[in-house]
Amino acid sequence: MDLIWEGLRKALELLLTLDAEVLRITLLSLKVSGIATLLSVMLGLGLALAVALNEFPGKRLVIALVNTGMGLPPVVVGLFVTVMLWRNGPFGFLGILYTPAAIILAQAVIATPIIAGLGLAALQHLPPGLRLQILALGATRPQLVWLLLKEARLPLLAAVMAGFGGVISEVGASIMVGGNLKGSTRVLTTATVMETSRGNFDVAFALSFILLILAFSVNAVLTHLQQRGRRS
Amino acid sequence: MTRAAILQARDLKVRRGSAQVLEVPSLDLRAGEVLALMGPNGAGKSTLMLTLAGLLPPTAGELRFRETPLQSRVDREAFRRRMTMVFQDPLLFDATVAQNIATGLKLRGVSEAERTPRVKEWATRLGLADLLDRPSHQLSGGEAQRTALARAFVLQPEILFLDEPFSSLDAQTREGLIEDLGRILAETGTTAVLATHDQNKASRLAHRLAVMKEGRIVQVGGLREVVNHPEDPFVAAFVGMETLLKGQVVKCWAGQLSLRLRKGPSDRELLVFGEAQPGQTILVGVRPEHVALSLQTDNTSSARNAFPGAVTKVIPRGPFFKIELDCGFFLTAFVTAQSLSELELRPGRQVVASFKATAVHLLRKEGLDTEL
Repeated sequence: MDLIWEGLRKALELLLTLDAEVLRITLLSLKVSGIATLLSVMLGLGLALAVALNEFPGKRLVIALVNTGMGLPPVVVGLFVTVMLWRNGPFGFLGILYTPAAIILAQAVIATPIIAGLGLAALQHLPPGLRLQILALGATRPQLVWLLLKEARLPLLAAVMAGFGGVISEVGASIMVGGNLKGSTRVLTTATVMETSRGNFDVAFALSFILLILAFSVNAVLTHLQQRGRRS
Repeated sequence: MTRAAILQARDLKVRRGSAQVLEVPSLDLRAGEVLALMGPNGAGKSTLMLTLAGLLPPTAGELRFRETPLQSRVDREAFRRRMTMVFQDPLLFDATVAQNIATGLKLRGVSEAERTPRVKEWATRLGLADLLDRPSHQLSGGEAQRTALARAFVLQPEILFLDEPFSSLDAQTREGLIEDLGRILAETGTTAVLATHDQNKASRLAHRLAVMKEGRIVQVGGLREVVNHPEDPFVAAFVGMETLLKGQVVKCWAGQLSLRLRKGPSDRELLVFGEAQPGQTILVGVRPEHVALSLQTDNTSSARNAFPGAVTKVIPRGPFFKIELDCGFFLTAFVTAQSLSELELRPGRQVVASFKATAVHLLRKEGLDTEL
């Protein structure tokens, strides 16, 4: 028990004194996962819309693949992205392995199928006649897309939350493609792993609390957006 | 009065996979009229309506709106801003009644200052004035469909398409809504196309009827014309002409003829108004509301058909009762609750069914030997 209390005390101290290193790690986590989620929203929602609004041969296969992608193990993504970005790999010339950009890339690969899969389900769950109704009200193509997204905003924001939750808490890929380099690619999860393995439980606890608070805050904002204007 | 055609369809064909689901050689929608598309489920009413509304590009054929062909997607998009459609489900957005009604105006870039009074006006005309701020998910079925209608009428559409807009409502709500819709259509002179499988609704709203079967229009014409002079047994059954009789013409005189029924009493002939040749086999129909029941033969009118028969079934039909009779042939009649008890109608009861010669409608003269 002492270990936990000591951890809590230390965590509170690190938080209250705004330890420079902890602050840098926190901001980097937020930035990396935020950008990755943003990319995934663009790619994932784009994919979801393309699949939901069009009929084409192999549509079911695409949906099945997207849904499978929702369960991609981060370490597999980490391995794949590492090989791609390796010095003499296909994208080695970019020279971004062991940089935050590599973590963003890996996290985007993890979150895109999650947002695409849940987003597609959200769009397909809309009443089947809604698209025709919107067109019959005189909507142009972009207006149609906007109204559909607006109508599905509740489950779509849930999809965004799931995507963000998936990457902010992910550690395997981040450590593999980022390397947990101090001052450059160390994020909350990789730092927690390192501190725990070193036996620095108090610091690890502090980082974990911050991670939880971060996840809670971001989701609180998204939940507020989601539930806005609903009275029941 | 013949009015200009506002929408013309020529040689419309829609295929779904390898199946031809719609084939309409020609259909004109006249300015200011309400045209009802009637037919059973799967007859192609909705497909025709979506095609006419430019929401479903036909596989082949041409659509002209006010003389201009709708060919490209751009044409159809422009057309979509001049018509609108109300579906069976209200399909409201997750927003308030006022926001829902304003949607189409907003899509057209109408300013809020201009939107607000128009939204209020139409909400009031459809009895929604007190519900403007209510979220759509708190509305009853009737209120939701009224909101959908207000959302359509506020756009002042040149054509309003109504795809079974009352089907999901209970009878009482439906009555009020049909009444209001009829009044608004008349007041605004809106050109409308109404798909329905119910003849009663069509009769109350439409000027013309097009009866559909298996993707084709089998008969189109004025409401009374189609209801009273169906061209074939399918249309007859669909417009409520439940008794269809086949017989051979015995005599013809002065626009009347007498008919020996193929299945029926051999000592009595049926009087029909119409033209045919003696010896010809013809098909006639009788509407149940034109048949009167009594306990004895009424001889006051010569132009009257009277057949004794036995009641086989009594079926409640709203405020009326439908009586099925065996007069040697099958006959149906509508009676009031009062007649039901006065005549003590019940299965087995012997009555006389009578109807005027003018109530017998000549449906077809040829091609009968192979059918029925």
